[in-house]
Amino acid sequence: MNAPIIRLFGLVVVLFTVLVVFASRWAVFDAKSLNDNALNKRGVLEAAKIDRGVIRAGDGTVLARSVKQQGGVYQRTYPTGELFSHAIGYSFTDIGQAGLERFYNDPLIGKRQGIDSLFDQLSGGRKQGDDLSVTLDPNAQRIATNALRSTGDGHGAVVAMDPHTGAIKVMASTPGYDPNNLDRPGRFAALNRDSGSPVFNRATQSSYPPGSTFKVVTAIAAIDSGRYTQDSTVSGQNGKVISGVPLQNDNGESFGAIPLTEALTNSVNTVWAEVAETLGKSTMGRYMTRLGFYSKPPLDYPADQRLASGEYRNGRLLSPLSPSIDVGRMGIGQDLLAVTPLQMAMVASAVANNGVLVRPHMGSRVVDPDGRVRDDIRPQEEGRVMRPSTAKTVGSMMSQVVKEGTGTAAALSGIEVAGKTGTAEKNQCSGNQTWFIAFAPVTNPKIAIAVTNECANGTGGEVAAPIAKQVMEALIH
Amino acid sequence: MSARNRELFALIPASLLVTGGFAAVFIQQSAQLSNVSLTYGALFLGLCLGAHLFLRVALPYADPYLFPLMALLAGFGLVVIYRIDEKLAREQAQWFVIGLVLFVATIVFLRDYRLLERYRYLIASASIAILLLPRIGSPVNGAYLAVQLGPIQFQPAEFGKLGIVIFLASYLRDTRQLLVQGARRFLGLTLPPLKHFGPLLVVWGLAMLMLLVIRDLGSSVMFFGAFLALLYVATNRLSFPLVGFVLFAIGAWYFGTHIGHIHARIEAWQDPFNRHLYDQVGGSYQIAQSLFAQADGGMFGTGFGQSLLGLPGGGVILPAAHTDLIYAVITNELGLVGACAVLLTYLLICERGFKIALLARDSFSKLLATGLTSVFALQVFVIVGGVTKVIPLTGVTLPFISYGGSSILANFVLLALLLLVSDRARRPA
Repeated sequence: MNAPIIRLFGLVVVLFTVLVVFASRWAVFDAKSLNDNALNKRGVLEAAKIDRGVIRAGDGTVLARSVKQQGGVYQRTYPTGELFSHAIGYSFTDIGQAGLERFYNDPLIGKRQGIDSLFDQLSGGRKQGDDLSVTLDPNAQRIATNALRSTGDGHGAVVAMDPHTGAIKVMASTPGYDPNNLDRPGRFAALNRDSGSPVFNRATQSSYPPGSTFKVVTAIAAIDSGRYTQDSTVSGQNGKVISGVPLQNDNGESFGAIPLTEALTNSVNTVWAEVAETLGKSTMGRYMTRLGFYSKPPLDYPADQRLASGEYRNGRLLSPLSPSIDVGRMGIGQDLLAVTPLQMAMVASAVANNGVLVRPHMGSRVVDPDGRVRDDIRPQEEGRVMRPSTAKTVGSMMSQVVKEGTGTAAALSGIEVAGKTGTAEKNQCSGNQTWFIAFAPVTNPKIAIAVTNECANGTGGEVAAPIAKQVMEALIH
Repeated sequence: MSARNRELFALIPASLLVTGGFAAVFIQQSAQLSNVSLTYGALFLGLCLGAHLFLRVALPYADPYLFPLMALLAGFGLVVIYRIDEKLAREQAQWFVIGLVLFVATIVFLRDYRLLERYRYLIASASIAILLLPRIGSPVNGAYLAVQLGPIQFQPAEFGKLGIVIFLASYLRDTRQLLVQGARRFLGLTLPPLKHFGPLLVVWGLAMLMLLVIRDLGSSVMFFGAFLALLYVATNRLSFPLVGFVLFAIGAWYFGTHIGHIHARIEAWQDPFNRHLYDQVGGSYQIAQSLFAQADGGMFGTGFGQSLLGLPGGGVILPAAHTDLIYAVITNELGLVGACAVLLTYLLICERGFKIALLARDSFSKLLATGLTSVFALQVFVIVGGVTKVIPLTGVTLPFISYGGSSILANFVLLALLLLVSDRARRPA
């Protein structure tokens, strides 16, 4: 009887091997898809038991904190309500996360990398997350939000940043929403159905026509490429043929051969369209790419909440050399251009910071529950966009706009402001997309800003420039 | 080194592991190491040492590895149950002590275990009777698995498996020659003579009846599998168990499609992430959560005491974590590595069991050791296979690890019988 006993043991070994194969399948090979399974609530339930870290503004204002509920789980509350709804976002077990809550989720729940994570595992994991400080300024944010709300249809965005450090001071988008109790049944779904798109962050996700603010980009390319100086003269004749089609100036106004500075001050379309056409797609594309167009802005913010600026056709980003691009009209902010306010603030910021683009960021430091600084977010240079002399020239051209051109409404008493207005006609509403981008003070700039309103009566100089003025005033004084 | 000294040395790592395990759970629960873990470890070591000294006197030639392997599993089980629920662990420890007493009693009173042969029909009918007992009570998750005896819940299937194996070993020892000699070839298959085929059909009928009556696929796979294993070893004819397997498969298919509760288990097994089945009472929630818990563990696990068992509201996320799904908790906390170590320990026990069968000198001893080992191996396969979705999940305990008095007591008797067979087999002539 011994032979069948041995064979029987062989069968048992086979059965146990099958068990090991299946055990490996669930624990290792299929683990990722099981962890991502929609029915699997283990991850969020674990996270709900962690005292998520506090998010504070630069002045110490608490923007988000966790409150213990029955059953040992925590619920997020947002003391400033709607004010920072887009920048900070939200974090709820049932509906997920957005904004900085999502981008900084790992430190906020106390998750560590590398050797620290090993110690955590041995000591049984953390129950308290790290605190996050952000660069946002509640006072300026409030001014920006209120100004946007009371302008036009109340839809718009403001982004203000420190051009030297990249620290974002204001990221306002209206309309907003109150992130408190967002997980109440039906609330989130109702917000997503709202025609005003309150959950959508217009500062980083929108695709607006930039209007004449884009002439700053064309000016940078023109002067830095060495093909033009601020005194080069170009004809401002109304109805000049650009790409085979006559182009009109605002109000059909005609100019003679005028220097570029004057052409920017008065925002002459035909001059800048000709400049862009002369420079060509490749030169324009090179400077746009350096300024951050054609890729998602390098902000510490979830990737799907950031949009790349550039020429879009049928919802797809075109390459800078695409035959679909009318480079002359693009040079004055028309054609298929779609940009975010964040991208336009980065343009102003690069000019303000002597031609060097600094990576924008909202997080400033991560502090663990014992008070140790875990992460200090330092300014990071994205790269040099233009020579310092170009930045200086374009800056002085922009300051003429505020002194005597279309942007006089942004002038601050005692402080020199450099800026550029923009007004784009909209098909979807009866008003205009109004813009203003600026930096101040011109010598040693402290703030770079982009303001836009989705649908306002008037021009960028009349509508957006006064908002920029208020916000800059709050941030500089 | 003598067999008993080897046993003694093998107990040392088992005790260290139990002490270490308790220490880990204590650190996790109270963030400090109290000396209670040492007390528990020492107590456990003391009990095992006592049993070992008894074996020295009573069964000096018995297999030296079986007892330490069992001690390892039981100790590990205590740690895991302690981590799930302290109260349950204290009860389990009491069952462990009672189990040891039963272990000693079995060895003392069944010194000549061949006495069992004399009472085989009594044992068989008693086993069938207790298996049918739960039908008096109410079903748990659709199956009739337990009887309420005062404050104690009694699971007859655990003891039934011993009785059935003893009966089959004894019956097949008598009839094996007849089964082989009277066999005829029919359609290329070697079939036993009809006269002796009858009792085997009765066993098949019983397995089917169990499906129908206690409605538990797991137990019936265990019993019938052990029967086929014994039939094969007794006759050395592969066609006998093959025919039996086909018959069983047909029966299982029929009941699987006609008994609602078994059908639901099979559906849940086929598609655990189906939203409809997942939300159904008695649906796929348990198996889905089992797989989620295992995925959460990964290669090295989350660590002792880290597994998420409860919901914030006070409910449970992992149903029956201390019994059916204890393997999922082990994978969750100790990872694939820990789970494989547990499976390896079971495999080693099976290896020792079959070794005992090989060494045994008479047919009854060989068949008894084979049957006990097979039913043990099948029990592990049925529950671990259920938890890892190899087969539909059923309510069988993981031997020596799962919480449950019946399981501990029955498996201690199983161990005692194996050691008795082993001692006789290895005793110098």
